Amino acid sequence: MTALPLAVVGASAAGLAAAEALRRFGWTGPLTLIGDEAHLPYDRPPLSKQLLHGTWEAERLLLRSTEQLDPLGLDLRLGTRATGLDAATRTLTLDGGERLRCAGVIIATGVAARTLPGAADIDGVLTLRTLDDALALRARMTGGGRRLVVVGNGVLGCEAAAVARELGHEVTLIGRDPVPMSRAVGPGVGALLAEEHRARGVRLLTGAVDGFETEPGSTDEGARLTGVRLADGSLLPADTVLLAIGSEPAVGWLRGETALDTTDGLRCDAYCAAAPGIYAAGDVARWDHPVHGAPLRFEHRMNATEQGMAAARNLLAELAAETPQSAAPDTPAQERRPFAPVPYFWSDQYGIKLQAYGLTAGADQVETTVIDPAEHRTVALYGRGGTATGVLAAGLPPRQVRALRAVIATPLPWEEARERVRAATAAG
Amino acid sequence: MKITIDADKCCAAGQCVLIAPEVFDQRDEDGVVVVLDDAPPADQHDAVREAAAICPAAVIELHA
Repeated sequence: MTALPLAVVGASAAGLAAAEALRRFGWTGPLTLIGDEAHLPYDRPPLSKQLLHGTWEAERLLLRSTEQLDPLGLDLRLGTRATGLDAATRTLTLDGGERLRCAGVIIATGVAARTLPGAADIDGVLTLRTLDDALALRARMTGGGRRLVVVGNGVLGCEAAAVARELGHEVTLIGRDPVPMSRAVGPGVGALLAEEHRARGVRLLTGAVDGFETEPGSTDEGARLTGVRLADGSLLPADTVLLAIGSEPAVGWLRGETALDTTDGLRCDAYCAAAPGIYAAGDVARWDHPVHGAPLRFEHRMNATEQGMAAARNLLAELAAETPQSAAPDTPAQERRPFAPVPYFWSDQYGIKLQAYGLTAGADQVETTVIDPAEHRTVALYGRGGTATGVLAAGLPPRQVRALRAVIATPLPWEEARERVRAATAAG
Repeated sequence: MKITIDADKCCAAGQCVLIAPEVFDQRDEDGVVVVLDDAPPADQHDAVREAAAICPAAVIELHA
């Protein structure tokens, strides 16, 4: 009986997965997908890899062709920003002033790149989150021999530094942590990465940025960058600065809605529900992981898809329970299920692929085993309070990687995990 | 159902193999996807659809 639409806010990996899953799980009513970028849904991990490198063009990043999107029958609103949500009536406000009353809403607005004060007014200081960001950065790195300073030595900064170095630029990677990616993967694996970056010619520095140097006279883009000033007073000459200093969940538009907790993302329960009929998925969602306890938020590509699908299933189950007659007759009744994925992320730097399962950040115990230094074959186990929670593999055959995932799928006692990791990586 | 893949885009996450091990495998040397059965039987279709939907690099394409 209802003609109200379901709306998915955010048209990237999580939003697209949610929209597709809503259809797959039986929603035949109107379905609105709202994205603030003008582009069709595209994939972000290649932005700091193949796209930046120039091996792929933008079309290669599209997650679906128009032929694949058409059958979904979407009311697709690209270049449109949601500016508010009234949770009680499930009503969205869009940037044109339109109010869209919905049967349910899935929020997948992701995160925005953090920046530094003054950066926006300088020609040459960039961030890397969107396709347009990546194309702008790539345009500055044609021709080789540029001086690039990457501020922030997390996953994104390390990947971009690797690509820039491969393209022949002079690259400095600067972070507050002396060891790159140590927050994500611990000091052991981070040290291996540091060694590889140095061997490839990247200059690694520890420190914080104090400000930027510019030359007098300005371009259309602002004052032209000449260098980066560090907190210790030193000056790094630079043509381009990439700020890779993390991101902020895109929840500003929800702040007026007091029924929602928007502290570090949109707070959800174990079912990815933020309020009745309001769900969240992807980088923006902070939810109660039933296995790992504490509320978690991941900016991982795999989580975007898995959580988009989970939020879609659970929203439909809630709606079916609210009004049983509205459920599509040919769809088996879905049950709400807690979202309990095995977290996964990967990173590619030079020829090294890191793959991590479970929780690797925030560990108080890490054991890193280098199996073959020349081949970068490495396994690392992560734990907290005597419980193993995560594992990382580099350079291992896929069968072993899948075996490692199985070890850590559920947290287990540290010693038992060590034995099982050893067994999983013992043969060929 | 007919499966085609764009192996160049594969990021070797291996989710397809976890979901539909009778249809997908990974190359030993780099983990890139291998299709074991590009016209799988009906009892595999749900798993294959899920694998295609979940693939983090949008590698798997399904045709009716």
